[in-house]
Amino acid sequence: MTTIAVEDRPTSTHPAEAGEAEGPVTDASLIYFSSVSDNTHRFVEKLGVRAARMPLLTREPTLRALKPYVLVLPTYGGITGKGAVPRQVVKFLNNKQNRSLLRGVIGAGNTNFGETYCLAADIVAAKCDVPVLYRFEVMGTSEDVDRVTKGLEEFWT
Amino acid sequence: MSEKLKLVDQVQAINWNRIQDDKDVEVWNRLVNNFWLPEKVPLSNDVQSWATLTPEEQQLTMRVFTGLTLLDTVQATVGAVSLIPDAVTPHEEAVLTNIAFMESVHAKSYSSIFSTLASTKEIDEAFRWSTENVNLQKKAHIVTDYYRGDDPLKRKVASTLLESFLFYSGFYLPMYWSSRAKLTNTADLVRLIIRDEAVHGYYIGYKFQRGLESATPERRQEIKDYTFELLFELYENEVQYTHDLYDSVGLAEDVKKFLHYNANKALMNLGYEAMFPSSVTDVNPAILSALSPNADENHDFFSGSGSSYVIGKAVNTEDEDWDF
Repeated sequence: MTTIAVEDRPTSTHPAEAGEAEGPVTDASLIYFSSVSDNTHRFVEKLGVRAARMPLLTREPTLRALKPYVLVLPTYGGITGKGAVPRQVVKFLNNKQNRSLLRGVIGAGNTNFGETYCLAADIVAAKCDVPVLYRFEVMGTSEDVDRVTKGLEEFWT
Repeated sequence: MSEKLKLVDQVQAINWNRIQDDKDVEVWNRLVNNFWLPEKVPLSNDVQSWATLTPEEQQLTMRVFTGLTLLDTVQATVGAVSLIPDAVTPHEEAVLTNIAFMESVHAKSYSSIFSTLASTKEIDEAFRWSTENVNLQKKAHIVTDYYRGDDPLKRKVASTLLESFLFYSGFYLPMYWSSRAKLTNTADLVRLIIRDEAVHGYYIGYKFQRGLESATPERRQEIKDYTFELLFELYENEVQYTHDLYDSVGLAEDVKKFLHYNANKALMNLGYEAMFPSSVTDVNPAILSALSPNADENHDFFSGSGSSYVIGKAVNTEDEDWDF
């Protein structure tokens, strides 16, 4: 595997330029949310690409993307799918620039959740008019890692 | 019983306004929102469908469900309860009591299915089979022995393997019937159970990983070796059990793929890499889509043609837009 450069905490903390809610900026082409379970975090680590992790707590300032990126996110919530998109991701996507730079979504989940499997990825994709690129379960198998690594390479070229 | 009863050492009034681990609250809320009872599922609509099954298929179905009943009973009365004294937060204790109760709901729901579909004689026969099947009894004994052991991390491993692996030789069958438009209401009920077990496996696996964080490298290795040994022991038994049940209908090989697929997820719930390669986890797509309509990989842009991707309209979003 190549070098792993996952930014657990984004390094830059430039204040916002035009009064947007300030938060750390990132030029990573992969941005993700992972709860303390770290399942999505582990998957992203295995990809070996530079990635930025959203803050765990919604009350913390969210990231600001500088370049086009792919979003990786798990699904929350229960039977109805209400609250499927983690609050931290909602906060991040409510930033107009973040939304405009989103190019695709990768969903993390578990088929045992039935109809809500990777529902958050579907919701974000529909809302932001971008494709769902891939779905994986729990923290992904080595096949998932290979497919996504190859898929992302092709996607950005 | 000569063993000393193990209880939580010290109990203090639980304060839900002081939380040490947010995951406890998140999982509690999720479990409460998922709460259901078998009476809500219109099982009687399956009576006609049941009559279309051959006697062998009916017998197989009854046996599968008594097997699941046994595991749920173990999990309710021994498994989840045995984890309570190991809990590191009072809220974890509370979550475990919820898990224990829901396992009792699961066990009882199979009796609802039985009483709807079968005669008392058939029900009694199936329960008798469950006490006599060597491999079923063995899997219950293996897990129960570890619950009675003195190692909190090993108990969590046994519990996660039960929640995320051992149920699936049984769960296969209602998904199979559902994919053939049979016993669809029964399948709806079983999907509720599967969803609950997924939360349980996730949570106990998470607590296992938290517990492992402070362990020495030697201890981590010991636990990892133990996990894979236990998985192999259970797996071998599970293969035998699968043949016992499914050889008569020619589905054993298909079921084994489902076992491998779920064993991988059980390992991942514990934070370990998946073990079975994709060549043996290629679950029948009909079974996967009975489990989750979203599971078809052709919906994915990378792996499929991307043809199913429907262009939406980009819109401005506000908090309330995401409230669904």
